[in-house]
Amino acid sequence: MMFVEIGHFALVLLLGTSLLQFAVSIVGAGLGWIGWMRMAVPSSAVLFALSMISFGTLVMAFVRSDFSVALVVANSHSAKPILYKIAGVWGNHEGSMLLWVLILNLYGAMVGWRGCNLPLPLQARVLGVQASISAAFTAYILFASNPFTRLTIPPFDGRDLNPLLQDPGLAFHPPFLYLGYVGLSVSFCFAVAALLGKKVDAAWARWVRPWTLASWSFLTLGIAMGSWWAYYELGWGGWWFWDPVENASFMPWLAATALLHSAAVVEKRECLLNWTVFLCILGFTLSLIGTFLVRSGIITSVHAFASDPTRGIFILIILGVFSGGGFLLYALRSNRLVPTGAFGFLSRESALVVNNVLLVVALAVVFLGTFWPVIMEMALGRTVSVGAPFFNAAFTPFMIVLFAVLPLGAILRWKRASPGDAALTLGGALAVSMAVGAFSWVLQTGGDMLGPVGLLIATWLIAGSAADLYQRAGGLRGGAEAFFRRALKLSGADWGKLTAHAGLGVLVAGIAAITAWQVEDIRTARPGEAFELGSQRVEFIGLGKRRGPNYSALYGTFSVGNGDGDAVIIQPERRYYEFAGSPTTEAGINAGFLRDIYIVIGEVHDDGSVTVKSYVNPLVNWIWLGAVMMALGGAFSLIDRRYRVAGLSARLQRKVKAAGT
Amino acid sequence: MMGLRRKRRLQLLTVSTAALAVAAILAGYGFQDGIEYFKTPSQLMENKPKSDKLIRLGGIVEPGSVARMPSGGVEFRISDGIGSIPVRFEGILPDLFSEDRGAIARGRYNGKEFDAIEILAKHDENYMPKEVVRALKDQGVFRPGLE
Repeated sequence: MMFVEIGHFALVLLLGTSLLQFAVSIVGAGLGWIGWMRMAVPSSAVLFALSMISFGTLVMAFVRSDFSVALVVANSHSAKPILYKIAGVWGNHEGSMLLWVLILNLYGAMVGWRGCNLPLPLQARVLGVQASISAAFTAYILFASNPFTRLTIPPFDGRDLNPLLQDPGLAFHPPFLYLGYVGLSVSFCFAVAALLGKKVDAAWARWVRPWTLASWSFLTLGIAMGSWWAYYELGWGGWWFWDPVENASFMPWLAATALLHSAAVVEKRECLLNWTVFLCILGFTLSLIGTFLVRSGIITSVHAFASDPTRGIFILIILGVFSGGGFLLYALRSNRLVPTGAFGFLSRESALVVNNVLLVVALAVVFLGTFWPVIMEMALGRTVSVGAPFFNAAFTPFMIVLFAVLPLGAILRWKRASPGDAALTLGGALAVSMAVGAFSWVLQTGGDMLGPVGLLIATWLIAGSAADLYQRAGGLRGGAEAFFRRALKLSGADWGKLTAHAGLGVLVAGIAAITAWQVEDIRTARPGEAFELGSQRVEFIGLGKRRGPNYSALYGTFSVGNGDGDAVIIQPERRYYEFAGSPTTEAGINAGFLRDIYIVIGEVHDDGSVTVKSYVNPLVNWIWLGAVMMALGGAFSLIDRRYRVAGLSARLQRKVKAAGT
Repeated sequence: MMGLRRKRRLQLLTVSTAALAVAAILAGYGFQDGIEYFKTPSQLMENKPKSDKLIRLGGIVEPGSVARMPSGGVEFRISDGIGSIPVRFEGILPDLFSEDRGAIARGRYNGKEFDAIEILAKHDENYMPKEVVRALKDQGVFRPGLE
């Protein structure tokens, strides 16, 4: 079949077209040649079409199990379920880089399509810079990690995908993560275009913010999926390990979160222009660093898959060119961006500045912890790892301060706020959260403060959002019905903020509860044995064998109950994937709103006993629920009418036109 | 208005400097507990660390050394070709743990035995921790089949 060659050829065309679009749009915008600038939009659609063809042929090769393609042989098997045949496309280095380029060009095409009202030079520059990134990554794929390599003698069947990746959570994790990572390239391109055009204003922020919002939401979901997968698939009972690969996605998230908030200040008040442009460049830089960390394997990760240092060099060069170029341009041009607004000491602006300082300092701490092993190795030749205690000591305090001031900052007025109003709005929320904290402290009969303080902060965030909503919708004037009617009329951006902040509270509650009150038990048990797990009684009923499509499994049956009511059956598995030749552990989980019961079995010993590890994980699902609420908040903000460029007021459009020329 | 802006800039500078200073102090404090050194068995035998310090011991799981204890734990030896250290672990071994393969154990060393709290897992059978590869190469006992 010729399919694969068509995909390869499309990739070559993609490289050529990207270079052309880059040159034509940037030169055209620089010299003010309208015809040249106009090329950017149709050309960005062509880039997307070419990446789609290229990616599509690779998907076809996987779906049809074309074992003349080396990548398919290494990562697929004809007996694999169709979902994992498709997920196998990005479950490896080469295919995932192709997905990276596809998503990059998807964003480019979206900017071309949605951004018809952008001033022409800005649009051309944004798409020109975007095309240069596309060119760099396409060249990288073509010359250093080609997914289309054929085998002269195709084998009869493939070696199967790494079994840990044959899981719905991880099948969708990379696309979402990339939609987040790569989406930050749009903000980067807007920043570079603004520096080239020497113009940053409220309109610019209004164009940047939706792209940042979209990528932030996807990144939130992508990270949550990865964490969820690690929770149920790895069988370690935890949900976050401060591993370099996890930090690789968390650092851009922190930067994007800071950017969302600072862009709001530019949009409303035309302050923090410089800083916002800086964050745009920083965000994408951290995306590239993340890609580098994961792909090069420079730091040993518990999540490491086979990696190749030589690939790291290429990404490092791309990183150097784009981030280096971006920051250099920033250093040369940023002094020309003059802010116009001023603000009082107690104001929304001040609060958002505090938000940004805390987020960026926390980001610096994560960066230091992640790269410390590299620094130590280069400077002293010593091999070290930085573990969770470092992050708990140095990162968490900043988050606690951030969460403590968040509800206050969220209700302060722009420009100048009064402390009395704020106290009036938030008094109730403060009282409720103190009560929840005290109540949980009494319930656990004293002891460690971690749980109660965590719940106090979580309630403060949720109740703070509720108080904000109450005040924004004008309270109960005219009864509850009138309140709801007014609440529904609030803007998408308001609802987005409320939902995301409440989601953060839900997330914090989950983290606090599992950290403080997780119950863990490890033992060797024989069938028929029973043991206590917290307030639960676990009975090990027996072992059995079963088969899946491409694996065989040994499973244990456990009956768990707390004496009254029905017991639940939990069946953890140990799977053996024959074609991949490797085993995996599937935790048995009885999921609930208030707690998960989580059981993992180890090997079977000669005397018929089995190692059994079991946990009660309180509120653990709130972690992912909270993350989904945050992403939903991003989506609410995104549908706000103000961001639909078509909905811009005539006055603003005139201003925009004037700004563009 | 310029005066106000200068004042804000000064305040911002103060706040960020303070935040960075706090971060530096916290990081220094965090590094005391948060850093784990990687050692090979021969390095560990040569230079005994304090028994309360968490370290990572890496090497090859000695063939034939994996034994079950009656209590349900497991015992095995991690070796780097020159030295070898007995490791005790209670828990579930990672799926890809096996004899004559690379492994990293996190835990404490009391001078005789290494008490592991975690055996680091790998997600990929072809993957070998690079510390182990390098340490074995340094000792001259690396062979390609191990990777």
